Amino acid sequence: MHQFDAIDAPSLKTDIPDFRAGDNVKVHVKVVEGTRSRVQIFQGVVIGRHGGGIGETFTVRKVSFGVGVERKFPLHTPVIDHIEVASRGDVRRAKLYYLRDLRGKAAKIKEKRDVPSAKTAKA
Amino acid sequence: MTHTTERSVKGVLGKKLGMTQIWDADNRLIPVTVVEAGPCVVTQVRGDGEGYHAVQLAYGEIDPRKVTKPMLGHFEKAGVTPRRHLVEIRTADAADYQLGQDVTAETFGDGQVVDVIGRTKGKGFAGVMKRHGFHGVSSSHGSHKNHRKPGSIGGCATPGRVFKGMRMAGRMGGERQTTQNLTIHAVDAERGVLLIKGAVPGPKGGLVLVRTAAKSIEKGA
Repeated sequence: MHQFDAIDAPSLKTDIPDFRAGDNVKVHVKVVEGTRSRVQIFQGVVIGRHGGGIGETFTVRKVSFGVGVERKFPLHTPVIDHIEVASRGDVRRAKLYYLRDLRGKAAKIKEKRDVPSAKTAKA
Repeated sequence: MTHTTERSVKGVLGKKLGMTQIWDADNRLIPVTVVEAGPCVVTQVRGDGEGYHAVQLAYGEIDPRKVTKPMLGHFEKAGVTPRRHLVEIRTADAADYQLGQDVTAETFGDGQVVDVIGRTKGKGFAGVMKRHGFHGVSSSHGSHKNHRKPGSIGGCATPGRVFKGMRMAGRMGGERQTTQNLTIHAVDAERGVLLIKGAVPGPKGGLVLVRTAAKSIEKGA
């Protein structure tokens, strides 16, 4: 959909950090309550990114009081104040839907340690 | 047909470019169709003495060699180069238009309610489930090779025939459709583009007519 670049451009965000499935992110969400608004943090594992361009979305999953909660955000929505990457995950898949069937320790994602440091060492 | 209460209707011909999305001031996601509206030219104004008031708009490039001589004469009368598409819009304020006048996307403003007319995508020979929304036959419980069939199409010896207009399989799509009461989300005069909330009929690149909504006179005025 390159033809709408000019129309989409004002809506596109430029401050999106580089993150992928498996990463643990803190999504700072603007919440409007009546007249005032505040920022709420939704922290969890990214289990997939979907689509591209202005319509790209990502899904964050967390387990809250033993209940799995998933939230799907449009990547460029103005509702998101900013996204913070808490940790990188070591995964071999782009979509981590298998996490839905796993509980507790089995649903834990290994943290990625070596590769980013190697990359930064090179740079 | 006598129109005692003719309304002033605005319209513009254009091309559907496709869909995208946009966020409004309240951070709500709005699906929008991008329509390249115009530039159109006025090729004829019908007024008193012709029985009704209307304005004829022309839009689209065309190789002048492809235009028939009678049509060439028609365009020459208006003093414009030949265009591909012509449409007539009945409006009370037809007298305000001049021959050769440009009609662009700026005809409309943000938040206006419009009808969009287009030719739907051709679906080919379609069965009754797709074409008429029939429910089909059970997928199990002993059904055999009947899943998408219409079932009974009528009685037996009485009436002894199938009623006219019985909905059956056949050609679907490729017909004129009016989608009513769509809101114009934004007008981009610089690019000559309208952002219309929701979907409009037809394929990308298809011809569409954007016209003041027929059923919301109070709001549109």
